[in-house]
Amino acid sequence: MPVSPDADPTAAAERIERRDHGPLIDTMLLVAGLIVLWQAGSLLLGREALPSPAATVMKLAAILADSDFPAHAWETARAFVTALVIALCAGLAIGLALGANRLSGEVAEPLLVALYAIPKITLYPVILLLFGLGISAKIAFGVIHGVIPVIVFTMNAVRNIKSVYFRAARTMRLSVTQTAFTIMVPAAMPEIISGFRVGFALTLLGTLIGEMFASQRGIGYMLVRAMETNDTLTVMALAFLLVVLATAASTALLALDRRLHKRAMPS
Amino acid sequence: MSDMVHLRLDGVTRVYPSATQGRAPLHALGPISLTLKQGEFFSVVGPSGCGKSTLLDVVAGLAAPSDGSVTFEEKQIAGAVPDGVGVVFQEDASFPWLSVYDNAAFALRRAGVPEQEVRDRVEPTLAFMGLTSFAGAYPAQLSGGMRQRLCIARTLVTRPRLLLLDEPFGALDQQTRLLMGDELLNLWRETGATILLITHSLDEASMLSDRIGVMSARPGVFIDVVETGWPRERDSRIVSEAAFGQLTGRLWASLRDQSIKALAMAS
Amino acid sequence: MTRAGWIRLALIAGALALLEAACRFGFISRDAIIPPTVMVQGAWHALRSDETRGDLFLTLQTVGLALVLSLVAGAAIGALLHKAPRLRRVLDPLLASYYAVPTFVFYPLFIVLFGLNRWPLVAIGFLFAVVAVAINTLDGLSRIPRAYLRTAAVMRLSRSQMLIHVILPAAAPWFFTGAKFAVAYSFIGVIAGEFVVSGAGIGHAIAFAYNSFDNRMMYGLIVLLFVVVGGINTLLWSWERRLYARLAGR
Repeated sequence: MPVSPDADPTAAAERIERRDHGPLIDTMLLVAGLIVLWQAGSLLLGREALPSPAATVMKLAAILADSDFPAHAWETARAFVTALVIALCAGLAIGLALGANRLSGEVAEPLLVALYAIPKITLYPVILLLFGLGISAKIAFGVIHGVIPVIVFTMNAVRNIKSVYFRAARTMRLSVTQTAFTIMVPAAMPEIISGFRVGFALTLLGTLIGEMFASQRGIGYMLVRAMETNDTLTVMALAFLLVVLATAASTALLALDRRLHKRAMPS
Repeated sequence: MSDMVHLRLDGVTRVYPSATQGRAPLHALGPISLTLKQGEFFSVVGPSGCGKSTLLDVVAGLAAPSDGSVTFEEKQIAGAVPDGVGVVFQEDASFPWLSVYDNAAFALRRAGVPEQEVRDRVEPTLAFMGLTSFAGAYPAQLSGGMRQRLCIARTLVTRPRLLLLDEPFGALDQQTRLLMGDELLNLWRETGATILLITHSLDEASMLSDRIGVMSARPGVFIDVVETGWPRERDSRIVSEAAFGQLTGRLWASLRDQSIKALAMAS
Repeated sequence: MTRAGWIRLALIAGALALLEAACRFGFISRDAIIPPTVMVQGAWHALRSDETRGDLFLTLQTVGLALVLSLVAGAAIGALLHKAPRLRRVLDPLLASYYAVPTFVFYPLFIVLFGLNRWPLVAIGFLFAVVAVAINTLDGLSRIPRAYLRTAAVMRLSRSQMLIHVILPAAAPWFFTGAKFAVAYSFIGVIAGEFVVSGAGIGHAIAFAYNSFDNRMMYGLIVLLFVVVGGINTLLWSWERRLYARLAGR
């Protein structure tokens, strides 16, 4: 039976318009659907294995209200923010440098790909041995997780800047710094922000994993304690907290990403 | 060119239903009425967005008309592609994962034609389009013009009786376009097919066609149909004749206001 | 080898030489890092032991299983999302948070579901990898030029013909990218899981060596792991280059 694909060029435009009204309702529907699935899973598998949404939220409220919690949260936040700043700045700088020079980009790419694929958790003992137990190990771990995607995205962003922009800059007789700040960075920004989004999530992951082993405080530590004592409820509550935080940050970054992309490219 | 009616459009209209509430549906085309004789070369010119491509979709059976009928070889087409129709699109549709030969043989092989017959039809067609020495190459290794030749060859192999071309030379430079026009005329005479060419180039339409339909801005309807009176044995050298200039002038006279209107609609 | 390749080789060799010197001359404590040459010795020694080979094989088996499952499920999910663009837009912000949670905290849940065997690790590797496959499959499907599909429609191909002869080959390069990520993520998921909670496999062996202060064994195993993962990735990478060369006309 021959198939007639949608050959309608204007429908695409209509669809894009429709999207601007729908997402909020769709998101709420999706969240509702996930909660239903969760509850169903909890009923099927038993409350000990998979606590229900209600129980999880209540436990989370209890944890948040606990007097110990702020100290743990602060510990994690400290490590995470430091790691994030380092990962983003170093990643950006290295990525810009590698991307600007064609040879360096070519040399670096397979190395970066290889580094990305290695289970960094195996480097964990090495980091512990280098940095000792404590916050620097956690920060280091967060950094090595997050810096690589930032480098890769930034590098690609710079390499993808159309060469005609550079030619235009030369005809306008811009200096090197002017070219860098007024042309390169804005042109590469959307993809750099995408790299930041990935870097954010991975840095958080790295910091948490680091905390799970190197620390006596922090949310990661709380997680591992809960795992060891089979306190599934706490595990779920903390995981839920992390999901909410990461989703919020990701949504904010995504909105920024979209705004920049819309500016950069006509829809 | 015989006197037999090959393709008939009767009051054909295409309306895209609105996707969001409170928006009017999009009246893209029509009503269009047109009769093409067997073996005729008919071009359609019009401003951007007038629905030229929609017209092609409806004639090819890729989209069903909202109103009116399309009859090809005495049978109605309604949203299903009939036998004997070939289409060449503006975008390069050659499949990059297949060699030139395999691209050309693609449609026949899918239709279950035995390999020997495939070879008997593909090889002369490739020769006719000047692609024999590239038979083993891949589309990525060819120039834009060669790739369009490949797309034409791929269609020709199926021996279409009605050939639809949607701005096939749009991506090529002027000189290549003129030469490809000559090749198209050659092909037209060799195969005896009826050709419907959509183009935004007035020169191209004037040079190639038996008749030219001038479309209004959206919703596209024919505001003029011009007979060129050219002999069947023609090539690109007719551009030096006085009648050519008059023809193009007449087309532009009809088209100029419509183009201004279309430009205003787009902004 | 290309000029870039030589430079890369020189850089790596230089870095290793530097590390070797730093360790031998005492700039870096032997308790922290051992010289690369001793690492290689450790790797060789480990490889000769049956236990290590057994661990390696077990890990590879688990990874392989996670990989295959993630490829199949990921392709299916990607195709599904392609047909439901609304769902896709809504899932976008959730995707980043997906990777922020250490998935192996759900290990206890998986033990309940699958029992005390390798399956919880397969589940973890699967969860890590499946999203990457789905995203890339989705990307590939949405990048298929309309002109291909319309050409196929004019040729009056059936639905299955269109799928097998046009859609699959056109989306293949992106699926391959997804597969590359799936390999990496399956390794990461399984080995991280082994490291934290399991009693067998390479990840566990490394953790054990660490806890026993056996640096030579630990680094040896790490080097071994790097070689295996690196080798697989290099194979995939060069395979991909050949695939792309044909499509890009080089």
